[in-house]
Order: sequence, then structure tokens, then C-alpha cells
Amino acid sequence: MTALRELKLTPIKNGTVIDHIGNGLALDVLRIIGINEIDRSSTVSVALHVRSQKIGWKDIVKVENMELSSRKVNAIALVAPTATISIIRDFHVREKRPVDLPDRVVGVLLCPNASCITNQPEPVESDFEVARRKPVVLRCTYCERLVDDFLHHLA
Amino acid sequence: MGLKGRDLVSIRDLSREEVVEVLKASRRMLPYSEGSKIGHQLEGKVLTLAFFEPSTRTRLSFETAMARLGGRSVTISDPSASSLRKGETLYDTIRVIGQYGDAVVLRHPNEGAARLAAQASDRPVINAGDGAGQHPTQTLIDLATIEEKFGTLQGLNVVLLGDLKYGRTVHSLARALALFGTSLVLTAPPTLAMPEEVRKDLDSAGAKVQEEPELERAVKNADVLYVTRIQRERFGDEAEFAKVAGSYRVDPALLEPAKERMIVLHPLPRTGEISPSVDASPHAAYFRQAFLGVPVRMGLLSLILTGKAA
Repeated sequence: MTALRELKLTPIKNGTVIDHIGNGLALDVLRIIGINEIDRSSTVSVALHVRSQKIGWKDIVKVENMELSSRKVNAIALVAPTATISIIRDFHVREKRPVDLPDRVVGVLLCPNASCITNQPEPVESDFEVARRKPVVLRCTYCERLVDDFLHHLA
Repeated sequence: MGLKGRDLVSIRDLSREEVVEVLKASRRMLPYSEGSKIGHQLEGKVLTLAFFEPSTRTRLSFETAMARLGGRSVTISDPSASSLRKGETLYDTIRVIGQYGDAVVLRHPNEGAARLAAQASDRPVINAGDGAGQHPTQTLIDLATIEEKFGTLQGLNVVLLGDLKYGRTVHSLARALALFGTSLVLTAPPTLAMPEEVRKDLDSAGAKVQEEPELERAVKNADVLYVTRIQRERFGDEAEFAKVAGSYRVDPALLEPAKERMIVLHPLPRTGEISPSVDASPHAAYFRQAFLGVPVRMGLLSLILTGKAA
């Protein structure tokens, strides 16, 4: 971590740092995290348009006292595929990994096909398989609709 | 892996070998489907048909297929009289009625309904059309008709004509043909062209695909001309619809330069895409295609219910 970045975002004792978010996507990542689910006494820091050696320009989100569920990590992987997630405990990075899109994405997106059975009052979760990885295209395992616009279809 | 006990929800569920197996079984069923042999293969078997959307032909052909092989079928065909009307989920309905017979055939207005039904039922579920989604037995019938005429699915030049964007039965057929290395020619108005993702899917499955917007040119080299409906509701403007629909109408003059053995297929019902004056032409194979619905479903049911097709 460079001194310059230390100035821009204060370190957190415990929580999650989502780094290398594509430039301008931090607010989408915050939407996925669900700002209302974060304890009001926990600090959330957002840095937009930060210089990055790896991806040119990037955004960063830091959330105190929260670790992300695997569903949220999957959603971030769809919207911000270059992101890395670091778990901070007692000011130290305990775990750092890139977001990784699994072969199946369950319960993260709503199928854009309004007539899909997963959008009806049935006891069923949305379920997509990865049809292509670069760029990512998902296929609904129920209606087989292909989806590449994830932001507008987050569950 | 055999087909006994398996679901058929999407044509993607079948490998090339399994498609070949179903087509072979269908050929063996021909004399039974024509009534020249009496079948007993499915004696004692009960097929549950759950039709939550009207469909006369698909339903009748499944019922006939069972009857011709000595089996029986029970049918729900009026959803307004069923417990779905009382708010029961499809999942629960299939969970319950799936236990009654040996397999379920489902027709439903929502895409993906058959996949959900397959999860709900311990017995095999066959998709007989879910909304604008999959209709795998139609694809098998299309393949059976082509194979009957040419003796093979390989080395043929198949023109897919019409709505290639929304018409997902044509996507299923294209995908199935790709398994056999068929050459596909796509003839569609620009607004109804095959989606890029489906194209890529076909490319990766090994299909030879090219576009030919000029119907006359496409027809000259075709072995099969597969015609689909162009739906009015896909166009905002009536005049635009009339122009597009008019430019893709199949009539005897269009077929004049076609190869002698070329066949015209259509999943029916047609709504003006093929002039009735084509019916008398030796190219017209769509009524034969509709008849083959019975032996193909006989072959499929026999494989799924007993593992055999003899």
C-alpha cells in the first residue's frame, strides 16, 4: 500500500477492502454490498478515480466490520470482474484474492425474461451457468436466456 | 448412458449419439405409427400429460404415440379447472401428479417451466413446449424428417428462414444440426437476425454458418428450406411487417430454381409464409413432418420408459 493511498483512505481495523474496482464502478459495488445492511457505526470509505499501476484508473471501497457473503462476491465478480477482495483483521490483510466467477451463479441475478419460471411465484431461485467468460455471458438454466447486462438485473 | 428414466427438457440435454438413438427408434416405430403393426411395447405404462396451455397437435400426437404402443395416457388440459387456479405452484402440482404415472409431458406458458418440473418430479419429464422456450421433440421431428428424406443429416445445406432472433425452436434446430456438421444458411430480415451469442454457440459446436439475406440465392443451393413464422408483434409498424413478411413468402415461383430433392419444412401452423399452392409440389414436406410427430414421440417414449425401442 503506498503512502499516497494511505492519505486518501484511512486504514480499517477489521473489515473488507475491495480494491481494483473498474473506474467508476464503486457505486455499483456499494449497491451490491447493500449500504443499509452496514452498521451505522461502521465507516464506509469510497475512493473514485484512483491511479492504479495494474488497471490504469480504479475505484476502492472499504467497509469496516463486515465480511462479504459468497453471493455478494459473485455479484461483484459480475459487475467488477477486475476487483480484489482483502479481509482485514486487526489492521492486517488476512486474506486477499481476486473475485472469481464460479461456473454457476445462484440467487444473484433476476432473469431478465419476465416470463421465465424463476420470475413466477414458484419455490425456485434464479440459476445461471457461465456461457462465456470473456466477456462474461450467463445463460439462465431454466429458460436459457443469455444475459450480459448484470447491473440492471441484480436480485 | 441410455435414455431410460431421463428428462428431456432442452435439445441441449441430448448428445449427438442420443439424438441418433432417438432417430433410429423413430424409424422402427413407423409401421406401428401407421397402424400396419400392433405395438405392445408400452403396455401397462401410464403417461401423464399436463397441458397448461392449449395445444391440440402436440397433445394428440403424444396420446396417439402411447395408444399405438399399448400404453395409456391421462391428461390435464384445462388449467382453469386445476388446482393451479387455486394458487398451487407448478412445483407442487408436478410433485403430486408426477407420482401417478410413469412419466410427465408438460406444456406450460412460462419458459423454464419444464426444468422446474423435472426438479419436482422423480419420474422423467418431457418438455412439450414451455412458452417461447424449448420444444425439443419438435427439433427431433425436424431432424427425423430431414433424415428420412436424405438418409443422413451430414453434408446437407440447410436454409433457416424467417424470425431467427426470437424463434427459439429454430435455435434448437440449428444447435442440433451443428452436432452433425450441417451447413447452415441464415436468411432473415436484419431486425430478426440470429443473435450473436447463438451464432457463437453454433461456431463453437462446429457448425458451418453463413448469412444470405437474398432468399432467391439461398434457395438455389438449399437441400432443406426451413421456414418459420414472422410474428406481427415483433414489428412496431404494420407497413414494416407487411414488407418483411412479403419478401419472405415461399411460393412455387421461388422454388423453381431449387434442387430437385430440396424439401420445405415448417413447424406449423403456418400463417401465410408458405403459399398453399406449394402443397402440391414435391418439395413440400411439412405435412409429412407433422405426421412424423407420432413415430418420433413413440420412439422417444419407448426409450425413456423402457430403454428399448424394438
